[in-house]
Amino acid sequence: MEDSAKVVEAGKVDLVFQTADGPVHALSEIDLEINRGDFISLIGPSGCGKTTLLRLIADLEKPTGGVLKVNGMSPEEARLNRAYGYVFQSPALYPWRTVEGNLKLPLEIMGVEKTDQSRRASEALEMVDLTGFEKKFPWQLSGGMQQRVSIARALTFHPDLLLMDEPFGALDEIVRDQLNEHFHKLWEQTHKTVVFVTHSIPEAAYLSTKIVVMSPRPGKIIDIIESTLPEKRTLDIRETQEFLELSQRIRKGLREGHSYD
Amino acid sequence: MLNQLLKSSFIPITTVVSLIVVFWYAGAVYLNSDVLIDKYERQNTEWNFKKLVEDSWAMGRPVLPAPHQIMSDMNKSLFGRKITSKRSLVYHGWVTISSTMVGFVMGGVLGILLAIGIVHVPTLNKSVLPWIIASQTIPILAIAPMIIVVLGAIGLTGLLPKAFISAYLCFFPIVIGMVKGLRSPDPIHLDLMKTYNATQAQAFWKLRWPASTPYLFASFKVSIAISLVGAIVGELPAGARAGLGARLLTGSYYGQTVQIWSALIVASVIAASLVFLMSFMERIVQKRMGVLS
Repeated sequence: MEDSAKVVEAGKVDLVFQTADGPVHALSEIDLEINRGDFISLIGPSGCGKTTLLRLIADLEKPTGGVLKVNGMSPEEARLNRAYGYVFQSPALYPWRTVEGNLKLPLEIMGVEKTDQSRRASEALEMVDLTGFEKKFPWQLSGGMQQRVSIARALTFHPDLLLMDEPFGALDEIVRDQLNEHFHKLWEQTHKTVVFVTHSIPEAAYLSTKIVVMSPRPGKIIDIIESTLPEKRTLDIRETQEFLELSQRIRKGLREGHSYD
Repeated sequence: MLNQLLKSSFIPITTVVSLIVVFWYAGAVYLNSDVLIDKYERQNTEWNFKKLVEDSWAMGRPVLPAPHQIMSDMNKSLFGRKITSKRSLVYHGWVTISSTMVGFVMGGVLGILLAIGIVHVPTLNKSVLPWIIASQTIPILAIAPMIIVVLGAIGLTGLLPKAFISAYLCFFPIVIGMVKGLRSPDPIHLDLMKTYNATQAQAFWKLRWPASTPYLFASFKVSIAISLVGAIVGELPAGARAGLGARLLTGSYYGQTVQIWSALIVASVIAASLVFLMSFMERIVQKRMGVLS
């Protein structure tokens, strides 16, 4: 893999879905650059194509126009190289596998040696603070724990890029705050490149180095905001003037892009 | 103790069974009375209601035999004879069970393979499925004798032709169930496999196959019961040499209604046990998969 600084490069990316009701313009002229080590949030109302953009990067959808490169390759080549770990909106754990079994799933598929598998699984579990839960089945865990397992699963095979589709969207606010703080620490330690889809302004402002504000019909980028917050952050930072100003700018962008027609 | 008894299914089940027995005895009197009254009048015998009731529960060839007559016949033909005897129900039951099991295994393998093909190969989905459905529109009673005759002509007799009929019947629910089962994983679970760049075989063994087990056992339960039906139907045109089907056929030749009823009851007990066996296996598998605590 070449070590270019650009992890994702999108130039005038377009996506039109052909549906029974005629074509739907999901994404229009997306220009975006993501550097190594960036924490990017894609924020916008539902239907703005933020998840779709993530799925394009992951090669789960194909663009119908424009140029999209991941690690300097086409998204498909990047996927075949297992360049990223994807965290879905729901934990998507396999119910018949224990926590450890779920963590080993990608390793089994990628042909990692058996002895290595257990070590990497327990390392990943430690990162999300769930050591001791190896033998539990998913239904024995709370929703927040399940989502942490699913994040750990994306970390087991050490991808440099994490694609996360509203991973905390289904959780209550208290658990969500905890996970935000925890996940921010994790990012601070590893400095992986993260693309993070959310529709929560505080979440986007708290986690990101760069916030991409999107608007619907057709999905497009209306603002890209560089965060001015220091890299070391705790949840208390949300009470500062700087944080409020950042949130305000995001909200303003969202309001401009949003029409109620 | 009493509380436990009230909570268990003991009371409802006994109530239903006793009701059935009561109606059965009454039905035996009602259905057998015509023949008996006819006989009394021909022979100018004195009779009253008590005699009619007693006689109708003790006829040699009743229209409807009383439960205790069936019980004593079953007792005699299950435990009273050597199990190798041609008149032993154990012998006939075993003949039927063995062809049921062979047919079930053949139908199961065929059904699962077809389902795997249909799920993975789009052309098979379009070309094979209609034929599979069409195959089940032919009445089995019409096609069974032909299978016996055709296979007999190429030298296959005994267990195999019957097992073929069972397989013909029981592969169908397995195909339908497994096509649904193998397609049952969430799109998100399949996407996950795609992000790992998993091969089709990996996605099958690690996702589709385990996800399909509830469907597999549901279709197994249906299939094993109709596999038994297939075996019995297969025994009817086979010259009625052995098996529960043969017992049913000879019973109806000679008007041995008691014999027919005991063969029927043995058949239904076998069917229930086979279905129960499948549920038991399902529980074991579910426990091992951790889906059941």
